Formats: sequence, structure tokens, C-alpha cells
Amino acid sequence: LSREFAQTAAFRRRDPLWVALIAALCALAPVISLAIVALRDGGAGGRWIATLGPAFSETSQLLGGVLLLTSLVGVGCGWLVARFEFPGRGILAFALVLPFATPTYIAAYCYIDFLDFFGPVQTALRKLLGVSLAREYWFPGFRNMGGAVVIVGLVLYPYVYLATRAALTLQGSSLVDTARSLGRGEGAAFLAVALPVIWPALAAALSLVAFETLNDIGAVQYLGVNTLTAAIYATWLNRGGLGDAAVIALSALALVIGLISLERMVRRQRRFQLTARPARPMGRVRLTGAPAWLASLACALPVALGFGIPFFVLFSAVVADGVGASLSATFLRAALNSLLIATATTLLVMSIAALAALAGRFSRSALTPPALRVAAFGYALPGTVLVLGLMPVLGGFDELVNRASLALGGPRLGLILGSSVGAVVLACLIRFLAVGLEQTQAALGAISPNTDHAAATLGCGRLRHARDVLLPTILPALAGAALLVFVDTLKELPATLLLRPLNFETLATTLYGDASRGSFEDGAMAGLLIMLAGLAPLVLVNRMIERRPEGVRRSARS
Amino acid sequence: LTLIPLALIANLQIKGVLAMRFGAILLTTAAMVSAASAAEVNVYTAREPKLIEPVLKAFSEETGIKTNVVFVRDGLEERIRSEGANSPADVIVQVDFSRLVQAKEMGITQPANSPALAGLVPAAYRDADGHWFASTLRARVVYASKDRVKEQTLTYENLADPKWRGRICIRDGQNAYNTSLFAAMTARVGAEKAEAWLRGLRANLAKKPSGGDRDVAKDIAAGACDIGLANTYYLGLMLNNEPERKPWADAVRPILATFEGGGTHVNISGAALAKHAPNRASAVRLMEWMAGDKAQALYARQNFEHPIRASVELDPTVKAFGELKADQTPLADIARQRKTASELVDKVNFNAGPAT
Repeated sequence: LSREFAQTAAFRRRDPLWVALIAALCALAPVISLAIVALRDGGAGGRWIATLGPAFSETSQLLGGVLLLTSLVGVGCGWLVARFEFPGRGILAFALVLPFATPTYIAAYCYIDFLDFFGPVQTALRKLLGVSLAREYWFPGFRNMGGAVVIVGLVLYPYVYLATRAALTLQGSSLVDTARSLGRGEGAAFLAVALPVIWPALAAALSLVAFETLNDIGAVQYLGVNTLTAAIYATWLNRGGLGDAAVIALSALALVIGLISLERMVRRQRRFQLTARPARPMGRVRLTGAPAWLASLACALPVALGFGIPFFVLFSAVVADGVGASLSATFLRAALNSLLIATATTLLVMSIAALAALAGRFSRSALTPPALRVAAFGYALPGTVLVLGLMPVLGGFDELVNRASLALGGPRLGLILGSSVGAVVLACLIRFLAVGLEQTQAALGAISPNTDHAAATLGCGRLRHARDVLLPTILPALAGAALLVFVDTLKELPATLLLRPLNFETLATTLYGDASRGSFEDGAMAGLLIMLAGLAPLVLVNRMIERRPEGVRRSARS
Repeated sequence: LTLIPLALIANLQIKGVLAMRFGAILLTTAAMVSAASAAEVNVYTAREPKLIEPVLKAFSEETGIKTNVVFVRDGLEERIRSEGANSPADVIVQVDFSRLVQAKEMGITQPANSPALAGLVPAAYRDADGHWFASTLRARVVYASKDRVKEQTLTYENLADPKWRGRICIRDGQNAYNTSLFAAMTARVGAEKAEAWLRGLRANLAKKPSGGDRDVAKDIAAGACDIGLANTYYLGLMLNNEPERKPWADAVRPILATFEGGGTHVNISGAALAKHAPNRASAVRLMEWMAGDKAQALYARQNFEHPIRASVELDPTVKAFGELKADQTPLADIARQRKTASELVDKVNFNAGPAT
């Protein structure tokens, strides 16, 4: 049947495979360049891999812990917010995303500042106990694996939360309602019916969490966790070999891609799709009494820990220095630069992600799905490594243009694409395309292909079908993804740091400049602004998700 | 309101996307062309903006040469290599001699050919071919608890003595400051003895290596350990500029540890001349200025590092650390052992912390 519909006039156009190929090529360029470096200079790389046992084990522990924590917090809170009405739900619904705006290494500094011996918590505790030395009482240390899991997990769970909430709002709720009307309890209905349906979105979000955890360097080094990325850095910087480091990085990439492909293969066997317009959800269940307050507490806790503590530490530092102290013209320019880069990157990523995901849906070519998977490679590499791969490509391009200019009797033009704002945006696009693409594809995948066939039968062209039916249906997912890309770009460091032109600073580079001297509180204002700059789009996105028609169902028992 | 982003997403065709990217290219081209005017110098620095700005500002005021700065940490050399002949880089400022040595090996530097520089910077702290020159010395010493440690002098070798079991704090073993010290030990006693020393040091750790150099003082003040390895200038910063951390610094005193039969390990911060420097004359002038007395005094006041010449008057805080007898092992020899030292850190599983 599908093939017959593909023959209808509306679908008999050029196959949109090329869109996916362009996206893939962007992501592949730095990987190929790294592969060349690895082949040329990476002779000893194989030897290093044999010594990576401890790094591998610590990485697995960190990854396992963070995935578990983000799943618990993200799915739990997403489910509560999407399904129930409880005190403070409105504000918590969007506050739960706030922790995401803290760069992980800043979260690590703030946490240690807050919880270490001289922090307010232990100081108060010592006063209470009347002791003065660390060995006189017990307090958990946080500069270790456990601390890293908690700190990284609390900053990254919003990926999972947003995906869960958007997916439940989009599709899952009506299913849970149906299951409940057939006599299942809420929890059982969620696990048995909703979870399988939202799993693609959840898996996409968890893979983003995994990538970001794997690729972190600042937080893990400070907290004393020796991950594969730390090993890549040590190999590159201390053993004088980008080649060997590239071998390790590409091996890790291959491993990660293998795991993701495995998950997709398993998933393909169980595919769930809904009509474009799900049955109108019956609305959220109003909780009362103790369950209501427990729900409020469960959602408030991650916000207090993930956003409250870093915010408190940075805010105290800003107040201590005087708010005006850091607000110079240079600083404001940095803030504007950050907004410029984040906005440009978000628009580009979401446009390309939407186009590529639509191409993936309409294309009949066997090449399209792998091309789209390749397009998401950028996020699976440590940011610095990706940029190290991209730089020779940009430099090579510039040199070609310069030689052409010289050959034509023109002047040497200098840098064109390399080390420019355009290069920063391009690198961010490659890095964060996965964030937009994964969520968009997951959301599109949940809409039954029958709608495409119906549209084709009614003579509706692909573009109109996409604009009028598909994109509006997945709008909450698109908005959520756009928010993630925006905030991700705001706090992005390696690409901005390595590729920006002379005399160009952003909030993130200003913050890093201070933090790398070991006095992150001097950059507190920049940190605060990064945390707060995501607020405006956050409110917007929240309204887009909430906009869905959902009356509050009155129910005393649930 | 919700229709606006939707319309944006739906209507942005591929053409629009390409036009945007091309627009960005044109903009940056225009910016590059306008940036190439006279009496400027472009500085690629791994030294943090706030630490180099006062020096550059004073240079501009004195010479009228404008400085353009980009702060990059890891990957600075790779960036310059990728930019190739089009690179605007004039001066490379680094905070670790291994990076300067590597910049030369990568072929992204050139000789400064400046007799003035050779006169200002002692031979031990500059490249033999004149590619790079030190600006400051950074001594890696022992912080010791004022209350719990009686020793007035220590050797690095002493730190492996079992009497320090469970009493030493240190940051990540792969950190440049640490591998630099470990490489110096390797250069002095050979890989085998250096490995045994590292094992001893690891066995004496109070906790898993983590944090930064300031955290060593903090952990000692908290009573989590009694001694630790850190650079001197963090002490100066905490004592003078960071009131909230002064209690940490007040709890410790520096012991300028030495190698047995040698001196204290010093790393350097320094500057190299970029190979394709478009403003070569201004670049050399800046490098000479950085080695001069004014800049040396500024560095000391700003960050409490040691000056490169004994003739420069010391900041009172730096003077109070005690007399620095820098170890004489040539930096080039130490740089050659960096890789071995880094391998040893992994081999003895240093970062796993004290064996259980």
C-alpha cells in the first residue's frame, strides 16, 4: 500500500535524501579530519587503549549513576507534572528546567563551595556540634564519584524531564486515561501503556544525557573522576599526541554509536504510532492531601538542589562584590554576543533538524536513516575534540580561497571562515544538531504514516502537509528541543573558546576566564546571566506545552 | 504568538539557511579586513584575561601599540597550526613550558632574533634558538599545616616517606603543574626511581586527587590532610586578594621544597613569537617589554609569581615565601620526560588515590 501511495502525484517528487546527506556531511567533516590525524599520527593509540581499564570502569560507573538519577528525577517529575494537579505545579513545571542552564563545571565549583568544610552547611553543623576540625564529625565528601553522579545528574535531568513531559502531553496521557478507564491503576497504566509509547523520546533524551556526561571535562577533573575524556586529554596534552588522542576518541565514538544502534534495533521491533490528533486528554488529576504535598516536594527538590544551590552561591558572590562591579560595557557586549550566537545556532539547528527529520519521513531511500544517524555524531564527541577536527577543515578552506585570490593576482585575504563568529556558529550547529534532530525525529515517528497517505490522497503536497499537520502536531517537542539547543549554546565552551575571533568574548568565555584562575566567583555575574538568559525562552516553551487543551479533572481520590 | 516560531520553522527553506551562513562568512570577512591596520599586535594567550590585561594595558599606554587578545587554553597551538599562513597570531603566551616547547616542535613559532630579550631572560628560562622566553617563574612547593607540621625544610623525595601516610593532598596527577614536577623528578633520577617515588607519594595521599591548588590549602585548614603540593602564588592570591579564602591560607605556610641535591621545581609562563606573525616588529617589542622590569613588577603584584631575574625587587608577599633556589635541570630535559611522567601517573594509578 505504501508503495502505491508513494506513486501518487503529490509524493512523486524528488526524494529528499539530499537534505539528510547535507546534514550528515556537516557532522562527518570533523570526524573524517580526526580520522586522518589518527591514521597519520596515531600509531601508538592502540597501545593506549590497553591502558584504559580504570578510565573505562570509572566512566561506566559515572554513566550508570547519572543515567539512573536523571531517569528517576526526569521521568518522575515529568509524569507528575503532565498527569497531576498539585500545589505549585504551574511554577514547578517550568522551574524544573532551570538547573539545565548551569554549566556542569560551574555546578561542581558551586556545590563544593557550598558543601565543603568552609561552606555554609558544614560551618553551621560545626557550630551546632561545637567542633572545629573535619575529623571530629562525619560529613559526606563530594569530590568523588558519588558527588560527580549527583552534581552532573542534577544539572542534566531536564533533558529527560522535558522529553517525558512533552511526550506525555502529546500522546501518552490519553492512553493512560484509556488504560485507567479499563481498571488499571495510575502507576501500572503509566508503566504498561505510556512508557513504551514515550520510550523513543526518552531514549533520545537519555542518549543526550549520556553524551554530555561522557564528554564533560571540567567537572570530572575537579571532582577527581578519571573518565575516558580525561584520558583523551591526558594523552593529547601530556603525551604530545593529538593522533593517539584521536584514536581513543574515535574508538569511544564507535562504541557509543554501536550501543545506540543496538537500542534502535531493539526498538524497531516494537513501534507505536498514534493518529495525528490523539483523543482529547481528559485532563490532569487533581491531587489532594498528603499525596499533593508529596508531589510538590518531589518536584521542588530537584529545583532547589540543581538550581537553588548554584544560584545561591553565585548570587552571594555577586552581592559580596557589589552588583555594579562586573557590569561593564565589555560585559554587556559579551552578553549580547552570547545571545547572538545562541539565537543564530538555535534557528539553524531547528530549521535543519526539522527539514532533515521531515526528509527522513518522506524519503524512500535506504540511505536516509543512516545519514540522519551520522548527522547526530557531533554530540557524541567531546566538544574540544570535535573542534580540533573541524579546525583543519576550516583552515584548509581558507587556504584554498587565499591561494585562489593570490593566483588571480589579488591580495592575501587572511582568515575567512576559520576563527570567526561564523565558525563558532557552525561548530555549535554540528555539536547540537543531535539535540534538535533526536527530539524532532522521535516526535515525528509517533505520528502514524496513515496521515501522510491521507494527505497524499487528498492531493495535499508534502510541504503543506508538513506545515499544516506534522509540524503543528510536534510543536511542543520542537519548542522543547529549541530551548535545549538555546541554553546548550549559551553555556557552550570549547567551540566558542577555540574558534572565536580576537577581542570577542561571550558570557561563557568570560566565566571560564575567571574560573580557570580558580576564582570562579569573579565570574559569578556571567554565570548568573547564563542561568537567567534561558528564562525568557523557557516561559515561552512552557506556554507552548501547556497550551494543549487540558481541563483539570476534579477528582478527590487518585 | 505560538504561530511565529512555527512559521519561522516551516518557512525557512534550505535556500534561506545557506543565505544565512553565507551572510556570516561575508560579515567575518569584512571584520578581518578592517582589523588589519598598523601598530597593533595580536596575542593568543593561555594566561587568563584578567592576569594579562594589566600588563598589555601598560604596554599599550607606553608604546601606543594596540593589543588584540584571544584567550584559549587547550588547543591554542592546534588553532594556530590550522590557521596556517593566514593566522593573525603574533605572540603566543603560555603558562607551562611544555606547551612552549611543543609550539616550537609543531613549527608554529620563529626565532625572535632579539639581543635585548637574550640579555633580559636568563639562558635557563628561554629557548636556545630564541623561539620562546619566560615571563615569570612558578614554583611548585609544599603547603604545610602551621599547627600539625614541625618540619621547616623538606625534599620532594621526603614526600614518599611512610611517615606522611594518609597526610598528603594534591590535585589531579595529570594536571600540567603535577606532570611537570613528576617529569623533573624523572629527568633527575630516571623513570624507575621516579615510579617508585610516585608509588610512595600515592600511598601517602589522604584522599583521591581532585580540586585545584587552592583546595590543598582548604583541605589542610579543614584538617583533612597535613601537607600538600601547590604553586606558591595561590597563597599570595588568597592572602591578599581573596578575603573569603584567607582563613585557608592562614592555616598553612609554604615550605620551598627542593630535590635532594637540587633546587625547587619551577615551571614558567612565557611568550613565543608566532611563525607567520603579521606584526613581527610590534610582537618582538611586546615580548621585550614583558621581560622588562615594569612588566616583571606588574606580574608579581598581580599574581605573586617570581620574577625571571634576581635583580627585580620582590613583592613583599613573595619575599615572605622564603628565598627561592630554583632547580637547575634544563627545561628542555624536563620537557622530554613529560610523556614518561604522564604514563607513570597512569601506571601507578595515581589518580585512584590512597590504596585501600
